[in-house]
Amino acid sequence: MARIQPTQGADDTGTPGTGRRKAARYAVPVAVAGVAAATIGFVVPALASTGDPDLPKISAQDLIAKMAKSDVQQASGTVKISTDFGLPSLPSGLSLGDAGKGSGGGKGGDAADPQAKLTELLSGSHTLRIAADGPDKQRFSIVERAAEYTVIHNGDDLWAYDSASDSAHHSKAPKQRDGDGHEVPKDLAGLSPQELAKRALATVDDTTSVTVDGTAKVAGRDAYQLVIKPKGGDSTVGAVRIAVDAKNGVPLKFTLAPKSGKAIVDAGFTKVDFGKPAAKNFSFTPPKGTKVTEDAGKPGKGDDAKLKGKLPGAGELPGLAGLPGLDGGSDASGMKVIGKGWSSIAEIKGPKGAVDKLSEDAKGKGKAGGDAAALLDSFGKKVSGDFGSGRVFSTRIVNVLMTDDGRVYAGAVTKDALVKAADSAK
Amino acid sequence: MSRAEVADGRGARTAPSALWQLSLFRSEVTTVLRRWRTLALLGVLAAVPVLVGIAVKMETGDGGPSGGDGHGPAFISQISNNGLFLVFASLAATLPFFLPMAVGVVAGDAVAGEAGSGTLRYLLVAPAGRTRLLLAKYASTLVFCLTATLVVAVSALTVGLLLFPVGDVTLISGTQISFGEGLLRAVAIAGVVAASLVGVAAVGLFVSTLTNSGIAAMATTVGLLITAQILDQFPQLHAVQPYLFPHYWLSFADLLREPVYWEPLQRNLGLQALYAAVFGSAAWARFTTKDITV
Repeated sequence: MARIQPTQGADDTGTPGTGRRKAARYAVPVAVAGVAAATIGFVVPALASTGDPDLPKISAQDLIAKMAKSDVQQASGTVKISTDFGLPSLPSGLSLGDAGKGSGGGKGGDAADPQAKLTELLSGSHTLRIAADGPDKQRFSIVERAAEYTVIHNGDDLWAYDSASDSAHHSKAPKQRDGDGHEVPKDLAGLSPQELAKRALATVDDTTSVTVDGTAKVAGRDAYQLVIKPKGGDSTVGAVRIAVDAKNGVPLKFTLAPKSGKAIVDAGFTKVDFGKPAAKNFSFTPPKGTKVTEDAGKPGKGDDAKLKGKLPGAGELPGLAGLPGLDGGSDASGMKVIGKGWSSIAEIKGPKGAVDKLSEDAKGKGKAGGDAAALLDSFGKKVSGDFGSGRVFSTRIVNVLMTDDGRVYAGAVTKDALVKAADSAK
Repeated sequence: MSRAEVADGRGARTAPSALWQLSLFRSEVTTVLRRWRTLALLGVLAAVPVLVGIAVKMETGDGGPSGGDGHGPAFISQISNNGLFLVFASLAATLPFFLPMAVGVVAGDAVAGEAGSGTLRYLLVAPAGRTRLLLAKYASTLVFCLTATLVVAVSALTVGLLLFPVGDVTLISGTQISFGEGLLRAVAIAGVVAASLVGVAAVGLFVSTLTNSGIAAMATTVGLLITAQILDQFPQLHAVQPYLFPHYWLSFADLLREPVYWEPLQRNLGLQALYAAVFGSAAWARFTTKDITV
């Protein structure tokens, strides 16, 4: 029986004509893939960066004033936040959060505890969805794989719901709190990158240059780019960029870049809507059978920290709190600030030989201890100078020098600057 | 010269009526769905929600909350509060492997199985044309995708209604919606899950045109599926992961957010369409130019 061939080929079976047709057909999938690759590869980035919109020129002062005047109460949208502090990956059990705010307490049994979730925002990329309607109603949620972690603030109630574990955390919160607690609604109001921007701008002095660097499109809105750069040579901070909505002055994107390499914090709206969010967004009734943890009166520090973590901004991010310029003074006792502005260094006098003792202890415990010492060494680099010797722990933005005699120098400055500070303090 | 050559030849083709085309598609669908193998696959898929439901029921039989600490499979901890979540949990449990494997078996068998059993040449003798035959094969595979998904969803819904309380649904965003609306979302999710399998069906169909052994095609398709799933796990490969067909599969869960988070859903469906276009046309290029000798 004859072979069933695809082509007619009555006279010239298997001639070049067949081959051509074959090649032509195979060209179809290749072309489809090629077009798709080209679309994804070129069009998407092109779209993303299309056009710096044509906006009237504005001076840095005017732009700052615009931000300060901005009084947007209602907004909802999606925020993408990527953080890369360059923290060493700690063994499990050590919380990354400790590196930032020194928030103690690990994950308890309460999966919906906001504090436990805080650390997640410290590394990698996250998608947040936020909505705000005046000072009394806000919500934000961390979009997770097939789950979501939501914090809803409505009047006196502060709910946190973790869908992955189906548990909720409730606190009758903000009103009972003092000081710090009061910042929660305020911070959330108007998505407060305003607050952040204000704080960042409050530090503007002769060590800082503030300029308007063109325009950009963020989440489909026209925005000005405000660039804040430290003038000092010692700072590890390259630049802070804030994209400010040209219409209503709301900061839409915040980028903190070190002197070299990619951004450490990159937070911005990918979608934003300044209309009134639906009321049902702010109501929460724990579903039947859901574990509910009541937070009895104790000020939910974690909540605050958590809520702050959501904002696309600087000072609110743990870790950045270490930035002297943004932190605006510190309450830690026994701490002294050397220098000013961006290159200021915090000096903390700790118990003598704390680090050394730690490693001595570790060494004393045989092999396991030796490992621990090695671990410590792998995090910190030994340095020495006129001050003696110590270890430098570095992240991509904050460097910390722990001397063997128990002093700690920390700042968003280069290692050399830390050593210099230690030398001169001696 | 056989009739197939004439039928497929340029110009000589008499356009079959739409009804005839439909009948080719219909006969393909019934062939696929009537096979014992297919029925066994569907049976296994239907059993998954039953197993999940009974396991959760046994663990929470004393009325306590299902002790999920957030590290179990998706949605597992909500099942004991609301039976509807068994639908989502079962789909989340079957989507990574069971469902695409079943689809891979059916798609891989589509052409290669016919070739292997020597029936392909007889199919081609019918005045249908290879392109139409391939389309009918692909369409019947897609019907199987939908059927398989619905089997899981319906089985899960039945078990969920029988074993667990139902009522207002709390979405993963914490927003409450009525049970009716929850049911609507479940239907939408079943649709998205079925659509998520479009890509793997196209890959399977392409592989199926490469070989004359049905088993080889099935094994290759399932192997590709597993490979893609594994590659999707390595953080170091994050640059290529958005182009792997299973990458956005779990995005169906984004329908359970309020407001719905459309972006990953759009990406998932776009990616599936891309796979269908690339591998579908590759299958077409291969099948229409291939010598059928068996």
